[in-house]
Amino acid sequence: MAKYAFFLGCIAPLRYPGIEKSTREVCAALGIELVDLQDASCCPAPGVIRAFNKKTWLAAAARNLALAEQQGLPIVTICNGCYGSLFDAAYELAEDPELLAEVNKILKEIGMEYKGTTKVHHFAEVLYNEVGVEKIKNSITKPLDYQVAAFYGCHFLKPSAIKQVDDPENPHILDDLIEATGAKSMPRKQKMLCCGAGGGLKAAFGDVAKKFTETNLENMQASGAQFIIDVCPFCHLQFDGIQKDTDFNIPVLHLSQLLGLALGMDEKQLAFSTHITPVKL
Amino acid sequence: MGAWIVTITMVTPKAEISKEIADAAKMCFQCGTCTAGCPSGRRTSYRTRKIIRMAQLGLKEEILGSDELWECSTCYTCVERCPRQVPIVDIIIDLRNMAVAEGHIRQQHKGTATNFATIGHTVKVQDVITALRGDLGLAPVPPTVLANEKAMDDLKKILTATGFDSIVKE
Repeated sequence: MAKYAFFLGCIAPLRYPGIEKSTREVCAALGIELVDLQDASCCPAPGVIRAFNKKTWLAAAARNLALAEQQGLPIVTICNGCYGSLFDAAYELAEDPELLAEVNKILKEIGMEYKGTTKVHHFAEVLYNEVGVEKIKNSITKPLDYQVAAFYGCHFLKPSAIKQVDDPENPHILDDLIEATGAKSMPRKQKMLCCGAGGGLKAAFGDVAKKFTETNLENMQASGAQFIIDVCPFCHLQFDGIQKDTDFNIPVLHLSQLLGLALGMDEKQLAFSTHITPVKL
Repeated sequence: MGAWIVTITMVTPKAEISKEIADAAKMCFQCGTCTAGCPSGRRTSYRTRKIIRMAQLGLKEEILGSDELWECSTCYTCVERCPRQVPIVDIIIDLRNMAVAEGHIRQQHKGTATNFATIGHTVKVQDVITALRGDLGLAPVPPTVLANEKAMDDLKKILTATGFDSIVKE
């Protein structure tokens, strides 16, 4: 049984607990053991904290990586932002011994050390590579009949030179995972367009971020999608929150919630009450 | 037909941008692929190529005080397509670090930084979510720094040691 340190991040546990709940249920059903990464902090967020102070970002990320190293487990995240930060930090620290030594000087002040060995994975990538689409298909107890829009976001696949998860311009992993539930992933224009929330844009220039999101929503609507399926609570928050000020009304589910539905979880367990755009099944 | 006369002007960059950024930017030959694919550039006055050129020229004040520096959503489309493998997002992040060090930071970003420095997460705890977590059979307080005072203290020590405190709201 594959075993991972479960990195919660911020938005899933503190805004959309249904994402956390369904991740735990789906992993249990598919034979992935999750051990809580206790005492972890924010990853820290790649577009804001990293943009403010790279030293803080790297040292705090190294602390999270060291916590997993102490458990001897690879990390799994359910958020593109967390994946972006932790993967990039782990990569930089594994590649650059001088940088690692510098970070360890800071970690020493709190009695910790990072040796540089932690591997970082994304939930969707673990499902695809570790569990496999066939096993997921065979595990589905309640096949779904929806037309949906797959939303990959940015930091799940990019920068692809170091992530090497899937083709960054024309990926298929998420579509394949979605279709394992019986749902149909609808083709659409500009499928890889950013949601707009990243890089501190949502906080500083919300009107610009909204323009990104609206283009996505127009293309999703035109594709006939009944749901938006994301792999990132921040994209999720952006799509879910923005629609109340628009004419759009396309409910937003994290991949874990879609799989939860297909494995028989009910609306209460998926905590749809926290969604701003109402989820009608 | 007269001969074309081409004048190449060598520009000596001002030495105001860090060597790290200047080195990263120097591979750019201004083809504009970054700007062509940039979703922010399509919606704002942010021009990726222009920022990189300004970095090459060492136009520090012009970059650090600009709104455009903060209009990149870090989607990496430019990085994927750059024919010269310029680490564009890394350059933007480094320039933002310089901007923040010189006091250019928006109040909304200060708010996010303050959340991180106060509770170790970028968003605040809400009572209604805490209660709902309990109903779902999850730990009402997530098992993160939120649930362990010593872990939160450790994180705060890291923030202090790396100079993050100056960013945070008093």
